[in-house]
Amino acid sequence: MTELAVVPVLVLLGISPTGELATSAAELLGAAARIGTPVAVIIAGPGHGQDAATAAGAAGAQRVLFAETPDVNSVLTAQLVDGLVTAYGRVKPSAVLISNTIEGRDVAGRFAVRTQNALAVDAVGIDRDDGGIIVHHSVYGGGYEVDSAVTFGTPVVTIREGGVEDRAAAANPTIESFECVGTGLTAAKIVSFTPEQAKSSRPGLRGATRVVSGGRGVGSANDFALVEQLADVLGAAVGASRVAVDSGYVPHSYQVGQTGVCVSPQLYIALGISGAIQHRAGMQTAGTIVAINKDPEALIFEIADFGVVGDLFTVVPQLISALAAKKG
Amino acid sequence: MKIVVLVKEVPDTYGERRLNLETGLADRDANDRVLDEIGERATEVAVSYAESHPDTEVTVLTVGPETVPTTLRKALAMGATNGFHVLDDALRGADLTLTAEALAQAIERIGFDLIIAGDISTDGTAGVIPAMLAERLGIAHATSLNSLEISDTEIAGERETSGGTITLSASLPAVVSITERLPDPRFPGFKGIIAAKKKSIDTVDLADLGIDADADVPRSIMIAVSEKPARSAGTKIVDEGTAGQQLADYLVQNRLV
Repeated sequence: MTELAVVPVLVLLGISPTGELATSAAELLGAAARIGTPVAVIIAGPGHGQDAATAAGAAGAQRVLFAETPDVNSVLTAQLVDGLVTAYGRVKPSAVLISNTIEGRDVAGRFAVRTQNALAVDAVGIDRDDGGIIVHHSVYGGGYEVDSAVTFGTPVVTIREGGVEDRAAAANPTIESFECVGTGLTAAKIVSFTPEQAKSSRPGLRGATRVVSGGRGVGSANDFALVEQLADVLGAAVGASRVAVDSGYVPHSYQVGQTGVCVSPQLYIALGISGAIQHRAGMQTAGTIVAINKDPEALIFEIADFGVVGDLFTVVPQLISALAAKKG
Repeated sequence: MKIVVLVKEVPDTYGERRLNLETGLADRDANDRVLDEIGERATEVAVSYAESHPDTEVTVLTVGPETVPTTLRKALAMGATNGFHVLDDALRGADLTLTAEALAQAIERIGFDLIIAGDISTDGTAGVIPAMLAERLGIAHATSLNSLEISDTEIAGERETSGGTITLSASLPAVVSITERLPDPRFPGFKGIIAAKKKSIDTVDLADLGIDADADVPRSIMIAVSEKPARSAGTKIVDEGTAGQQLADYLVQNRLV
């Protein structure tokens, strides 16, 4: 029988156009280490593979296969799938893990079809028992926990960003380069890339340990500054309800809920958010929920561990100065 | 141009959705069944293109139970040309592989230049079907687009990526998926609703599409399902001038800051 620890688990690590490993690398390798030996695949632009491979080792990869191709920045998805298929053939892994991002989902969908394997998506955990690999999911906005498994073959699993807390110990990996042989299948072209203008120093919403969100009660884009101010005091990410986004207070990328980002932070503070069920579906698995709302009947209070009925424009400034005083 | 729009009947998110704890399947009686909003938006994209390009045919395609024609009528009332419904008991609880196979076969049957889907459904939240279809059909995909331009020969659009925005283009035929940044779907007018009653919905089963649900291929199956205990309300105070201070104390005591 094969020792559990040596069963390879293939992990596709995302690379930015400038060559940095995606932040999801740590959780993907952590999830892989839980069920076997993490083997990373990296498809990078020219000159970025070796550094990314070394970084993957620091994040827990025991073995890294990397390929470099300029096409990765001009063709959508194709090189990632082709490279992953090549690595899959070499490594013969017991599972393939991919981040559940837009790019990751595209790769996973194509890879599963091409290799004729079953696909399990948006996992929040993964385990192995005598019967094989078990994938944990959180569905209907965290209302249910579902376990899935594949009948046979190699499970292809996408892992929710910020969904897995496991981390692998840093490793000194064996690093191999390989040639990414393209299948030349038809694919969309990446015509241009426009970097975000101001790179915020605030943590991103996905995977954040603290989130402060604002809703209708914030009232305007200008007044949203108060939400951001509290977030910065707490080192928290900033979120918003759909109403706040639709009213133009903040960009869509801030939206927490059914059709936005699902978060599961240790602390979630809802400011002026009524708590419509679609919003709750994106945050109700938070460790502690705090709500401030003028309306004592607001639905959000039904799930809040600490609720304040009051005007957020008097309560929040007081909270900020009280927290500042405690920090000294 | 022939456009196929993928739509889906889902439990209304305005209610508490339920899973049957024995079968793991959606409890269909727990909620109203509605057309997923993102699918309505995809339909809107196709229908508004068809309005300015009269030689366009828009087929709304779905896989789902007997109740589907009722929800499909809404897309037809919005202006889609006709409907296509894959109905088969073997699709109950189908995994992504089988669903993609059924959709791809149906799309081949319908004929297509462009396939438009929503980026992610509110019930399954998988968001992988467009890429799976593109792979099966041997065509390009451009997913999660925040904008979409359709010409006779290609599509172009923007999507968010880590650290910025990318602009994509692809020759037709292609599969695209759109986000809720695309315009709101129209409300079907009276005329549309009346017209929809006369529009055809083709219903086929897996055998018609040449698919064997019991084929010896890997499937993803649900092996356990449990309900998370509902959250309950904790402390609730009314601000009488010190709530900010009390909240700070609470956060500190619970080691949350």
